[in-house]
Amino acid sequence: MSKINVTLQLNGKSVSAEVEPRTLLIHYLRENLNVTGPHIGCDTSHCGACTVDIDGKSVKSCTIFAVQAAGAEVLTIEGMAGADGKLHALQEGFREMHGLQCGYCTPGMIIRAYRLLKENPNPSDEQIRMGISGNLCRCTGYQNIVKAIQYAAAKLNGVEHKEAAE
Amino acid sequence: MNAPTDPSAIERAEKLQGMGCKRKRVEDVRFTQGRGNYVDDIKLPGMLHGDFHRSSRAHARIKSIDTSKAKAVPGVVAVLTAEELKGVNLAWMPTLAGDVQMVLADGKVLFQNQEIAFVVATDRYIAADAADLVEVEYEELPVVIDPFKAMDADAPVLREDIKDKKDGAHGPRKHYNHIFNWQIGDKDLTDAVFNKAEVATKDLLSYQRVHPCPLETCQCLVSFDKIKGEITIYGTFQAPHVIRTVVALIAGLPEHKIHVISPDIGGGFGNKVGAYPGYICSAVASIVTGLPVKWVEDRIENLSTTSFARDYHMTTEIAATRDGRVTGLRVHILADHGAFDACADPSKWPAGFANIVTGSYDFPVAHLSVDGVYTNKAPGGVAYRCSFRVTEVAYAIERAMDIMAQKLGIDPVDFRVKNFIKREQFPYQSALGWEYDSGDYHTAMQKALEATGYRKLREEQKAKQEAFKRGETRDLMGIGVAFFTEIVGAGPSKNCDILGIAMFDSAEIRVHPTGRALGRMGSKSQGQGHETTWAQIIATEIGIPADDIAIEEGNTDTAPYGLGTYGSRSTPVTGAAIAMAARKIKAKAQMIAAFMLEVHEGDLEWDVDRFRVKGNPEQFKTMTQLAWAAYNKVPPGMEPGLEAVSYYDPPNMTYPFGAYICVMDIDVDTGVHKVRRFYALDDCGTRINPMIIEGQVHGGLTEGYAIAMGQEIVYDAMGNVSGVSLMDYFLPTAVETPIWETDYTVTPSPHHPIGAKGVGESPNVGSVPCFANAVNDAFKFLGSTHIAMPHDNYRVWQAAENLGLHQ
Repeated sequence: MSKINVTLQLNGKSVSAEVEPRTLLIHYLRENLNVTGPHIGCDTSHCGACTVDIDGKSVKSCTIFAVQAAGAEVLTIEGMAGADGKLHALQEGFREMHGLQCGYCTPGMIIRAYRLLKENPNPSDEQIRMGISGNLCRCTGYQNIVKAIQYAAAKLNGVEHKEAAE
Repeated sequence: MNAPTDPSAIERAEKLQGMGCKRKRVEDVRFTQGRGNYVDDIKLPGMLHGDFHRSSRAHARIKSIDTSKAKAVPGVVAVLTAEELKGVNLAWMPTLAGDVQMVLADGKVLFQNQEIAFVVATDRYIAADAADLVEVEYEELPVVIDPFKAMDADAPVLREDIKDKKDGAHGPRKHYNHIFNWQIGDKDLTDAVFNKAEVATKDLLSYQRVHPCPLETCQCLVSFDKIKGEITIYGTFQAPHVIRTVVALIAGLPEHKIHVISPDIGGGFGNKVGAYPGYICSAVASIVTGLPVKWVEDRIENLSTTSFARDYHMTTEIAATRDGRVTGLRVHILADHGAFDACADPSKWPAGFANIVTGSYDFPVAHLSVDGVYTNKAPGGVAYRCSFRVTEVAYAIERAMDIMAQKLGIDPVDFRVKNFIKREQFPYQSALGWEYDSGDYHTAMQKALEATGYRKLREEQKAKQEAFKRGETRDLMGIGVAFFTEIVGAGPSKNCDILGIAMFDSAEIRVHPTGRALGRMGSKSQGQGHETTWAQIIATEIGIPADDIAIEEGNTDTAPYGLGTYGSRSTPVTGAAIAMAARKIKAKAQMIAAFMLEVHEGDLEWDVDRFRVKGNPEQFKTMTQLAWAAYNKVPPGMEPGLEAVSYYDPPNMTYPFGAYICVMDIDVDTGVHKVRRFYALDDCGTRINPMIIEGQVHGGLTEGYAIAMGQEIVYDAMGNVSGVSLMDYFLPTAVETPIWETDYTVTPSPHHPIGAKGVGESPNVGSVPCFANAVNDAFKFLGSTHIAMPHDNYRVWQAAENLGLHQ
């Protein structure tokens, strides 16, 4: 099958690779660019392990072709920490609140939560639960993920988060 | 172990971040930055990709397989079928349960999606394309889907390879589709008790077929080095050493030429214990092609082929006196094992530890009989977040206790409490052969009742029921109670082995000259946080800060031999090995300290992170100083160095327990439920890291909720498997998942070095019957006795319909 060049902005840098037109974005990222933070969990766009941020929207990267993301700005878990290595409040919150166990859903979950907090900087617990309902976790039961996102929301809003992880 | 009291010691103890503290997880640093290293993240030069062509039929003879079109696809390197595997004697493989299993379909297929051909290509898209082009001609055969019909006189023969074999791995077979009968307990005495029972119940309690469904599927990457004759296998293995032994036994290779590596694992829950055809085919393909071969199953393949859980049909009878004392328990289980008996149980336990079915109650006599049968379903019964077959029987006993309480007209809590094993009865010998190590059930139940305001809830429920009868509400309120006893920590060599290897586990600790340490264990974390908690045990035992202790697992070249992580065995067995290895180090350090301080060893006492002279606390040597000395000036005659290995053969299992209470509201017109409260009290003995324990409990409760309220792997009458993508298979999102309230009591295990019992699976074991009891409790005042799982909205609606509630 003939190949096509796909160039996009990944975590602030221009990247490109030659791929078949049918190549899914998740495979473009993982196989061609060695960006292995986003994972594959279901192949049917239910689990959200492959979630990345494209031009300001949470997108399940197993559900679109790489060519559809050509020219877009894509953010993955690899782009969350600052250039100085300082972790994003969400990355810190997930650790502080024990919001992960096996870690497989975590990159997608954090990227989804990042967009959620952009859209709603002061979410209620219910809004968080609805907001991450496209991302499945088999380990945590979500309770501490909600706390982790609240931790990050508080920190991003300059408030100290009081609640401890259970 | 007594907690230190003086301020300096408390401060030093806090710095260690040892047992009992909510230490933040070491693993999270990489996982939150996308730097986990899972199997599919690993790439090797020249790597090929394998994919299966699978059976569209549940039972059929294979008349022909044509791989020519597949082979013609550019990029396809090889196509394996049973014929190719026969050349290396690998068309069949041994199972953990003493049966054999086809690696690739040999002459016939026995379940839908069974592996027929393995296509190897230069990328995964080409492999998938070509797998579709394999052409198979079938001759349909009649199927056996209902396990109750498997042993009919005219049932189709499933396993032609063993149809005339009168004996299986677990004794005589009474039918060509029969696998084993396993019995335990005093049958005559039990029958006699039932013959004169004042009250008896008998119910068929079925636990549907489900699947553990970790978010990462099963996968491997195999690389065979022809020059060295060595094979390296990266895989999603919960038990890497067992996999290496399987490879050594079936390939005849020495262990030092087999490198099995479990990198980070994206959840296991039992799914990743077994050996699957994908692993064997990848290995053969790598040997044939001389290149590394990766196999990554997709979700449908995962849910329909690599193992299943439950599918237990339990006829459960309780005998009791009219005033509510249990006098006997009689259980028969029909176990549907699918096409091959590939259950992952210790060798001598074809039905796992199903004889824990007496639960938390003092049954004077009991009898259990289990029949395993073949059907046209996927093989591989695994313990889905529970010890071997424990969740199944916990469901049976906890439902049956509710049903008997209902019959006697006694509150289900009062009936349980009346029959609890009492604190002073431990160690308790159960009627079915176990010795429960420790427990305090009354205290736990009392705490649960108080925390939930149980009696008030019952009053509220009564008022709601009256209102319902008056037509003022269409909501039913259910209160579910479960009091489970688990049996974990397999297990003592006297009764537990896998492939003949005793189920010990191991730890190796090396203390470096600067006082830092490395720990290597035979267990393998799949999210449990071993890198964090194992270091906490060592920190408390030998006084080195947990942050200065690195933990490694999963590489068979470096880790000591262990049986792996499943059945909540890591803390009971590996955790014990860690403590024992640490104590060896401490003992040697004490000798060095005595030499340095010029006193007798007996004149020293341990103080958090140091040995000090009794009565003269200013005279001490810290573990950091002793570590340096171990490489510098050991006593005459002593070997230098400071390391230890422990292989721990547990004297007994551990028996965690818990009291769970669920409050649920059900709309009878839609079948939709709302979990108002779920309270889980767990007693797992000594608590190593309360934060991680709570996380484990949350996760286990969520899986239990999924099972009770919706999960099911469904086969139709033709044997077509449905519901095997995440479109249909119920994995709760954050929206459906209830909010969990957790609590605990601490009853240490008397035989475990640190008193810990294990916790990861308790919440699954306890919550499934608790949810089921809540649903049943909601309907029982209307005359219902048992509604079967799963309790999805439609089935709950159907239960209401059957009770005539929709007129």
